Amino acid sequence: MKQYLRNSWDGIWTVLVGMKITFMHMFTKSVTIQYPTVKVKLPERVRNRLYVNMDDCIGCLQCERACPVSCIEIETVKSVPSEDLGTTSNGKKKALHVTTFNIDFAKCCYCQLCVFPCPTECIYMTETYEFSEFERNSLNYKFATLTPEEVVDKKQKLEVFDAEKAAAKAEAEKAKAEEAAKKTAEDKPETEN
Amino acid sequence: MIQEILIDLFGNEIVAFIISAALPLVFIVPFVIFAVWLERKVSAHMQDRLGPMRVGWHGVLQTVADFIKLVQKEDIIAADADKKMFILAPIMVFAGSYAAYAAFPFSSAYIGSGVDVGIFFVIAISSVVVAGLLMAGWASNNKYSLYGAMRSAAQIVSYEIPTALVILSIVMVTGTLSLAEMSELQAGGFWNWQIFGGAETGLVKILLIPFMIIAFIIFYISSLAEVNRTPFDMPEAESELVSGYHTEYSGMKFSIFFLAEYANMFAVSAIAAILFFGGYQSPFGYIGDLLGIDWLVPFEQLFWFAMKGLFFVFVQMWLRWTLPRVRVDQLMTICWKYLIPYAFVNLIIIGLITLI
Repeated sequence: MKQYLRNSWDGIWTVLVGMKITFMHMFTKSVTIQYPTVKVKLPERVRNRLYVNMDDCIGCLQCERACPVSCIEIETVKSVPSEDLGTTSNGKKKALHVTTFNIDFAKCCYCQLCVFPCPTECIYMTETYEFSEFERNSLNYKFATLTPEEVVDKKQKLEVFDAEKAAAKAEAEKAKAEEAAKKTAEDKPETEN
Repeated sequence: MIQEILIDLFGNEIVAFIISAALPLVFIVPFVIFAVWLERKVSAHMQDRLGPMRVGWHGVLQTVADFIKLVQKEDIIAADADKKMFILAPIMVFAGSYAAYAAFPFSSAYIGSGVDVGIFFVIAISSVVVAGLLMAGWASNNKYSLYGAMRSAAQIVSYEIPTALVILSIVMVTGTLSLAEMSELQAGGFWNWQIFGGAETGLVKILLIPFMIIAFIIFYISSLAEVNRTPFDMPEAESELVSGYHTEYSGMKFSIFFLAEYANMFAVSAIAAILFFGGYQSPFGYIGDLLGIDWLVPFEQLFWFAMKGLFFVFVQMWLRWTLPRVRVDQLMTICWKYLIPYAFVNLIIIGLITLI
């Protein structure tokens, strides 16, 4: 009987204690963050979407090699000596036209390994993390600044330059050969005589 | 009173009474819309969350948006379901809970039906809900639905007994079954409420207070079980039975179940308010009386009635986030081993006190 009364009293009393606790929680500040309107401050070294500052890129392919999932695709075209591509912000001379610089964020694993080898610090992590797309292809970001026409133009220039160079080289060789031939020709009669 | 005004207005008794019968619906629908939002807000804040925040100010229109979504949904009837019963069940459940509103005195000016057997009628008609729930569970042809319905029936039938015993003790004190008369008896400030011994004076009043409090606790616990609220929400038990008897329901039928559930929540809260907390009576007196504006008094009474009901609905939500669900054996233990003996003893003591 004593236990019975005790049970009933405990039943009521513990419910009241519990109710007090839940009531206090009604007035504690909620932990919810109203996400799209309010955002949490990101940690300092957060790794999100990459960005490439093409003005500084020298097309050294270091990042492409570093990438463990091969999500970076770079193509370069040599510049002609008559063109001055300028220098990067830390004083490196640019010698290559970067015609393609694609990063496929569908593949990217956000490991940041591409960031460290970059000699000009032109590839780095940004704070953007909201870039979902409906098409997987739209996640393939194209950073190259040259238009296709420009690329064609640059390639042609290089071809012309190469051809000229080859021609010059061939000519020089020819001249050299001729000279040599001449020399041998000149030498020959002497020995014959 | 409103009936007379309506008869005067339309000159036709049938039209007047149909409109009078529809009036509680005007109360229930906004109440449900508000209560669903309140439930979500209360549960969120008790868990240190925010709850709905987007639709309207702090999400007040969330329920309206949800309702519009529900109406657009396809009305699915499972292939193996018993079609007729499946359709009839939600109607029956809602009809049962709506019929109870007929006997509630919303204010001194409006009571759906001033029957003398008021509280008896409410207890009787709310049993129709059980039949509806069983029907829904059976017609769904789904094991979880049937489990839910069976549990619901077992639970409601068990807990009717302590409820009835407590109501009986109140009836002994007031000497009437009519809810309007009960409310009328508790007029004149909160110290005249039944929980404080009613309109009695002297020794009887003081002796009644502790037993009235016990009666109220018993009534409140068993009323929780009767509307299938946590900790007695075994019939719905989301985590074990999907959602009990309304698992198979969708669209409009589901929303009717929802409406009936919240209507029931208010109904039991309103009964608690009428039996113990003075019904529509104001705890302090009326502004209308103070200013000499007669027509204001019924509106104030409606306000107090709604406030008391809402408060107990709030306590139901509060308990939901405080207590875990009880097991079936615990459920039966609470009812048969604790509530019923206490209710009997309480009944006898209150009976003896009223003899003094």
